[in-house]
Amino acid sequence: MNITIKNARVVDPRNRIDRVADIFISDGRIAASAAAGQEIDASGLVACPGLIDLCARPGDLATDLAAAVAGGVTTLVSPPNLNPVLDEPERVERLTKQAESLRLARLLPLGALTRKLAGEQLSELAILAKAGCVAFSQGQSPVMDTGALLHAFEYAATFDFPLWMRPQDYYLSRNGFAHNGAVSGRLGLTGIPVSAETVALATLLTLATDTGVRLHLCCLSSAAGMAMVARAKADGLPVSCHVGAHHLHFSESAIGFFDTAARLDPPLRSEDDRVALREGVRAGLAAICSDHTPLARDDKLMPFGSAKPGATGLELLLPLALRWGMEMGLSLPDILAPLTNLPAAILGRDDSGHLGVGASADICLFDPDANWHVLPENLQSSSKHTPFAGQAVVGQVKKTLVGGEVVFSV
Amino acid sequence: MPDFHPQINADGKLTHLLSITGLPREILLKILDTASSFLGLADREVKKVPLLRGKSVFNLFFENSTRTRTTFEIAAKRLSADVINLDINRSSASKGETLLDTIDNLCAMHANMFVVRHAESGAACLIAEHLRRMGHDDIHVVNAGDGRHAHPTQALLDMYTIRHFKKDFAPLAVAVVGDILHSRVARSNIAALTALGVREIRIIGPKTLLPPELPRMNVRVHHDMREGLRDCDVVIMLRLQNERMNGALLPSAREYFKCYGLTPEKLALAKPDAIVMHPGPMNRGVEIDSFVADGPQAVILDQVTFGIAVRMAVLSILAGN
Repeated sequence: MNITIKNARVVDPRNRIDRVADIFISDGRIAASAAAGQEIDASGLVACPGLIDLCARPGDLATDLAAAVAGGVTTLVSPPNLNPVLDEPERVERLTKQAESLRLARLLPLGALTRKLAGEQLSELAILAKAGCVAFSQGQSPVMDTGALLHAFEYAATFDFPLWMRPQDYYLSRNGFAHNGAVSGRLGLTGIPVSAETVALATLLTLATDTGVRLHLCCLSSAAGMAMVARAKADGLPVSCHVGAHHLHFSESAIGFFDTAARLDPPLRSEDDRVALREGVRAGLAAICSDHTPLARDDKLMPFGSAKPGATGLELLLPLALRWGMEMGLSLPDILAPLTNLPAAILGRDDSGHLGVGASADICLFDPDANWHVLPENLQSSSKHTPFAGQAVVGQVKKTLVGGEVVFSV
Repeated sequence: MPDFHPQINADGKLTHLLSITGLPREILLKILDTASSFLGLADREVKKVPLLRGKSVFNLFFENSTRTRTTFEIAAKRLSADVINLDINRSSASKGETLLDTIDNLCAMHANMFVVRHAESGAACLIAEHLRRMGHDDIHVVNAGDGRHAHPTQALLDMYTIRHFKKDFAPLAVAVVGDILHSRVARSNIAALTALGVREIRIIGPKTLLPPELPRMNVRVHHDMREGLRDCDVVIMLRLQNERMNGALLPSAREYFKCYGLTPEKLALAKPDAIVMHPGPMNRGVEIDSFVADGPQAVILDQVTFGIAVRMAVLSILAGN
């Protein structure tokens, strides 16, 4: 099947392209020249590489992969803390097969670093990698025993498997619901101090230095954490990170009077932290992810401390990144880089995240000027809770292609 | 994030009492003045006024309380309301949907007011927000203590007590001593003292029991109790929960008493006419010495008496009187 996308404003951050052009697709890949086939008129639309979301936990797979492509996300990385936990090769194979059969977004699973994510016995990393795991992670579960963590790093380094870790000290965060700061102080909410992140980062970065493991740090929340990652990168450590899109836009003050929609994990931190995260992404230190979390309707209808943390995100990733980029005064290629080129590089994928000839034809076509209101009931995902409910956002996905096939169209 | 103030309506009238934070000084003073007018009632033969006749006040206590619940019950009954006490089992109520289901059911029974005590911060705000969403603008919520967040009627009765003994707030130095971090009483008292414009608020306690960002709250922090008490006019002691002794927050009750317990010797550093307050229940020998608790400067039982008048004032103002 050949497709030509005509008259699009082609934005390809990796190849530094931003101009009106045609895109040729043949056999699921970007081609150098046109061949007879379907034509898509994309006048007025931006065509960019399909978004790569480095952290999205699908709830119902069919619903959330449909939500992904509705948001222009063509690849999402799922943490291992699904139900069931991804610690057995059969589970990984079943999940990836099911995802493939849906012919929507691509799903790249992270394997559980330890069995049942209990932080004790290692999972069968080599077998899980063969089954399709692209890296290994503990999700939000801790490894309490630092000795066991060192062994996990050494073993992963043996095979050069990347580790994706959430820097959050268990003891410093276990009872908390919110950033340990002005808002938690005023509302009497148990706080999670920034040291929960920096203490964990110090451990992870030290072990990465000692073992040579490729370390990716998930969902940074603080200025101090971002500074530690920047320093580690400057020291030549093979380390990367991502931040959640919500953390670029909200600080702890979004909690207001106990608004459970603003209960996230890691927590929304201070305004200074928010500013530092925005700068970190601009500096190319961090990719932007949705941190999409499956939530039921009732999960937030309770007192703040009992409400489940998290938010829906797959359909908001693009508009939230656009809002960040416009507020920062960035060009479209610079805005889209942390959603396309950078996450592809973190995943070590040469054939996605860009629109060069030979790349997989994963493409997002969006109207960069279209306004829409975030109405939870209109979101495709079954997870509806978002602190952006009722807000106007800019940037609407019109078509999404995965492997040269149109998988979403309005 | 709701951009309205959750307890004051567009006309500036109090619709719920959820927290002291954000309440203007005029509303606080109106409550104190109204409470004054109710205080004489206790000496009359017939202790009732008909201000809440025909209204149903539901006491919803998801967490144990004797003093607060009893004084709310007395306050509502003296206003001639019908009082329904619900002691809700902690385990079944800890699930939030159950909480809002409970509220929906009580609304169907034509409740006029909910007096809510809950172990989680924000529970009363959640109920008020739910009532707004459901269109029950005529039902009022009184927060009788939610987690570590707020205990506004306790703060109001404390302010009443201070005004009763000291007349004017402006020249006062007030010390709040103990476990500020876990205390809804402390949070509400700091907000009330700030709104009423006392000269100085001093917070006394070890670093393990103080919340972050205290300096931003316009208070002076002392870790040395003697230094903190010097020449102050009012000492508010806080209850230290026994469970605080189990972890790494404090080494022992003995050491706590030595550093932060109020003894006659430490109290002597305050002004000679300083008053000593405590929200109760007291741990004698932990945060307060019996000689102080039973001594001439303690006004702890006056607080309880004033508490009824203050709660009557809150209920009657919310009911539109």
